[in-house]
Amino acid sequence: MRLVALLITYVFINNFILVQFMGLCPFIGVSKNSESAIGMGLAVTFVTAVSSTVCYLIYYYLLVPFSLEYLQTVVFILVIASLVQVVERFIRVTSPSLYKALGIYLPLITTNCIVLGISIININEKYNLLESFVSSVAAGLGFTLVIILMSNIRERLELSDVPKSFRGLPIAFVTAGLMALAFMGFDRAIISNLHLA
Amino acid sequence: MKKELTKGFFKENPTFILVLGLCPTLGVSTSVSNAIGMGIAATLVLVGSNFLVSMLKDYIADSIRIPSFIVIIASFVTVVQMVMNAYLPDLYAALGVYLPLIVVNCIILGRAEAFASKNSPLASVMDAIGMGIGFTMSLTMIALIREVIGNGTISFFAWKIALPGLKDNPVRVLAAPAGALLLMGYLKAMFNKIQEKKK
Repeated sequence: MRLVALLITYVFINNFILVQFMGLCPFIGVSKNSESAIGMGLAVTFVTAVSSTVCYLIYYYLLVPFSLEYLQTVVFILVIASLVQVVERFIRVTSPSLYKALGIYLPLITTNCIVLGISIININEKYNLLESFVSSVAAGLGFTLVIILMSNIRERLELSDVPKSFRGLPIAFVTAGLMALAFMGFDRAIISNLHLA
Repeated sequence: MKKELTKGFFKENPTFILVLGLCPTLGVSTSVSNAIGMGIAATLVLVGSNFLVSMLKDYIADSIRIPSFIVIIASFVTVVQMVMNAYLPDLYAALGVYLPLIVVNCIILGRAEAFASKNSPLASVMDAIGMGIGFTMSLTMIALIREVIGNGTISFFAWKIALPGLKDNPVRVLAAPAGALLLMGYLKAMFNKIQEKKK
């Protein structure tokens, strides 16, 4: 039950893009068409799931026993950067078709705030291993959901009459703002109403 | 030298013109104190990393330069985190997860890659200070608008003014995450308009 609550929290209530503003750069940059949005979303979900699990293990089995917690930031970003490389190689060898779909997005993910953000949040909130895994998958899914919705809206925006100064980025931000307003409807109350917590 | 310093203020303003480093910009811009704290923290990291990257540029192999830059940046972030935790614990708590996220702030890696790895240490420090001030200014501007309209107060660390009228009936949406995105859209449109007129 707690895991379902976590899933709802990070996909809808605390959506990483619309509420915490993490991963805004790829969100604005890659959401121009829906195909690349799906690719980016899946790649991010995959990397968050793997990297936050590895970060969790390293934090509790390497940093804590030697009381090196202060190295958290440095170690996590190194883990993420090297993992992204490993994942890229691995996918290239095992599944060329998947590599073709995700390949160009993988290097961009290192600097995606979501990946580092969820790893740090997992530690700060003292989640256990399974909870960390679920929360990071949920973070990725939340990102995927919003970026796909956004790309569909932006495909339509291309065809509509937007004032000149608003073309491109400004209208994308305003659209994201309106989406965030809609997402404010997902309140913490959902979790207690569904008897999940 | 002066040009390196001032280009970050408006012409290449990291937030509104280059549109980099948005997570902290929108995430911590709910109050002016947080915005200034985040701006100073990012500027310190930026100056440190730009200086070190430009000193080490001849010794870092090209193929591993991005990971090396990230490690340099992460070390400075850790230093800033520890100092802030020790001397400004309230600010440290308010900035929360956004403080370690300075590591993946595109402005800092972007300046290391685009400027410091090609220029002299002095020019890189100037560039960092200029970009840092530009970032802090735009962050403070967003925070001021959000705090005044969304919360009806103006705060600067210890002292705080409540604005009559607005304090009782603030436009709460601007304090909410959605308001930050809307405001960013309108401000960016305003900057586009100003740029268009200049041309």
